[in-house]
Amino acid sequence: MQILRILLMRLTTTAITLLGVAIIVFFVIRVVPGNPVAMMLPPGATEDDIARLNALYGLDKSLVAQFGIWLSGVVQGDFGTSITSRQPVLGLVLGRLPATLELSIMALVIACLLGGAAALTGTRYRGTRTEAAIDVADGVALSVPDFLWGLVLILLFGVLVPIFHISGRVTPSLDLPFTTNFYLFESLLRLRLDLWADIVSHMFMPALALAIPLAAIIGQLLKQSLKETMNLDYVTLARTKGYGETRVILREALRNAALPTLTLVGVQFTFLIGGTVIIERLFSYEGLGNMAIDAVINRDLPLIQGIVILFAVIFTAVNLAVDLLYAVLNPRLRHA
Amino acid sequence: MKINRRSILKLSAASIAAGTIGLPKLGFAQAIDELVIAYSVNLPSWDPTVGPSAVNPTIQGIYQSVFDQYILQQPDLKPAPGLLTEWGWNEDRSQVWMTVREGVTWHDGSPFTPEDVAWNLARVANPDTGSPMQFVWGTLTNHRVEGNKVIADVAQFDPTIFKWMYFLTGYVLPKAYYEKVGPEGFEAAPIGTGPYMVEKFERNAFVRLKANANYWGGKPEFDTVTIKFVPDAAARVAEVESGNSHVTLEMPYEEYDRLKNGPLAGVAAPISDIGMIFLNDIEVMTDPNVRMAAAISIDKQAIIDRLMSGYGVKIDTLETPEYEAYDPSITVEYNPDKAVELLAASGYGPDNPVKFKIQTTKGFKPKDYEMVQAIVGLWRKVGIEAEIEIYEIAKHYELRAADQLAPAAFYNWGNSVGDPTTSTGFAMFGPSPHSVWDGQDLIDMINPLWAEPDEAKRIEGWKAVDRYIAENALVIPLLQYVQPILHAPGVVVTPHASGALLPHLMKRA
Repeated sequence: MQILRILLMRLTTTAITLLGVAIIVFFVIRVVPGNPVAMMLPPGATEDDIARLNALYGLDKSLVAQFGIWLSGVVQGDFGTSITSRQPVLGLVLGRLPATLELSIMALVIACLLGGAAALTGTRYRGTRTEAAIDVADGVALSVPDFLWGLVLILLFGVLVPIFHISGRVTPSLDLPFTTNFYLFESLLRLRLDLWADIVSHMFMPALALAIPLAAIIGQLLKQSLKETMNLDYVTLARTKGYGETRVILREALRNAALPTLTLVGVQFTFLIGGTVIIERLFSYEGLGNMAIDAVINRDLPLIQGIVILFAVIFTAVNLAVDLLYAVLNPRLRHA
Repeated sequence: MKINRRSILKLSAASIAAGTIGLPKLGFAQAIDELVIAYSVNLPSWDPTVGPSAVNPTIQGIYQSVFDQYILQQPDLKPAPGLLTEWGWNEDRSQVWMTVREGVTWHDGSPFTPEDVAWNLARVANPDTGSPMQFVWGTLTNHRVEGNKVIADVAQFDPTIFKWMYFLTGYVLPKAYYEKVGPEGFEAAPIGTGPYMVEKFERNAFVRLKANANYWGGKPEFDTVTIKFVPDAAARVAEVESGNSHVTLEMPYEEYDRLKNGPLAGVAAPISDIGMIFLNDIEVMTDPNVRMAAAISIDKQAIIDRLMSGYGVKIDTLETPEYEAYDPSITVEYNPDKAVELLAASGYGPDNPVKFKIQTTKGFKPKDYEMVQAIVGLWRKVGIEAEIEIYEIAKHYELRAADQLAPAAFYNWGNSVGDPTTSTGFAMFGPSPHSVWDGQDLIDMINPLWAEPDEAKRIEGWKAVDRYIAENALVIPLLQYVQPILHAPGVVVTPHASGALLPHLMKRA
């Protein structure tokens, strides 16, 4: 009952949040300088041409009227038409969403693996030079922004030792038998490991660049939790039973210590998706972020609105899922 | 096979190894089978006649690979027979006529006809299609076919109308196919008569082109061309440096110098883009002494040599040497001493500097901000204190259209057609939304030139306008850009003065 109440409350606040985002993005991108019609004016255009193009794109109406038209369309699933590509916005953003989700999930997996390994190793060798080295590595990983990691990776594994692809999502010459845009998952399901490997070799560097700072956060938090857990009575009891230190960490301490990290991972995932904007651009990865930058450069207002709304939906959905998961895992809420 | 954690790990490792082994290392010494180009911008739309893409000069090279223009433009900007083999006006200039090339086919094998030309001209003249160049094409009406000729009535005489036929939106699309599949179908599967056919297109990722074996100009050398969209300059350089791409453009001059003297080859040629400073006739810019002092205190050649690594051509008018109205006798001297005298005559000096704002983009064009910083430094020495404001290019367009630019504003102006109307004309004619100089004297000089039928007189008229502008410092032209192109030694790249990177002009070495 408590969970249902939480769900209803969160759905209500989510709807209000999305409406707020819609209002803010609609008006802000029209207030900031940069008119899409001014962007496309050829030399020699007259005032009449400007008026004609404004009317063509519906920019001659008042802002409130434009918002009303757009919102009524959104309610019916019509997010408008992109000014630059002249394609329906909904199709464009949904077409790119799988690429961004796959990249984010891959980055999250890498971050968990790297961060987890660093935390476990640091805990196993706590108080030694190994732990100090891991702390330094964590600090470096956290203080360098993801796009700089991207440039370093391009230089290392794209130019000096070219073992990964620098740009794109898949080799253009390959024939893709896919029916969805979830290339990575679908290639696995179809057991097309050749395609899967090609896709991974395109995604690895951008995913790693995104993952490194997050891995540092996960590593630090998990190590701290593990250290606290290692002093609890039940862990001491395990030691007195003669279990080795590695087994104590993995079998006894890790499960409890991982809970706060799992909550953090949920929250960080939304930031991870936000971080794809720059990384996708750097690696020419055909996701939402890359499309968002082009949309902003070209002042493609309907496309900007569509992308921002979709990002907002993802953020709120992930937060909602984390809250629900927390409620499910928390016995006090579950049995209230 | 038993599936367990160990077997999955083994499988993953094997797959990654297979993937990396299969990485296409093109190599510098290998014979090039499939040409790969790392391009600097994305292609938003396949319709080169409507919407913002139609007036985006950076993607015209891709359009020209798939579609033909009415008239072909050669690498030196000069026109040549294309889909139209001959063209002209009748004696009283009330009609235009165009002879259409025979034996041309669309990529789907259907014949190209004069009806296609007439339909295209009528379509871009129709305001309802969203053609941004409607004001140009609307000067022709009543398009009709007579044999293999297309005739149209001249509603308003424009001496440059045939030049627009190898400029923005001057492309020929397939009438029957477009009407059959509609705009969305055309975006999904575009066809033209150009040297390459679209085989595969992934938005924001790449376009894969196949050579058109039936191309009227001869089959291109490379059977397959992949154009990857790589907007980040560092990633583009890495693409060619690693051998993943054979050709790229638009990189820092320092990187170009480093790589062209190493494993790669390079070609750097002047293009039809210029760097300039708009002067708005507001505030202190109404004082001719201030304007002239600002103009003659800039050492353009030093900026080119030291900031642009020598990749630029000094200009003193808005015409480059390739343009028809270029007049080498019009020069603006570099004379900081005279600038000091001029400012003193208006009551300014190092202790009482004249102050104004200069706007610039940062990173939109090579060294744009750095160039303005250098200019501000030079100005400071003679008694000009300019405050730099950085803005996005989108803001520049909006401010310029509303005539609200600062007293000085850096910009780059492209004019790949090479006609003075599309350089000096639109940049300096007060009523144009692209001009911020509103002086009536200049308007009066330019006005009769728009419809001057005598070509020699028209060009001389524009030269006189350029001289007047230079003598009164109504704008500050700075330099003509040089476009660096890096390529594998196995490719010969022919640069096009319009700045378009055209794969069908590339050959094997």
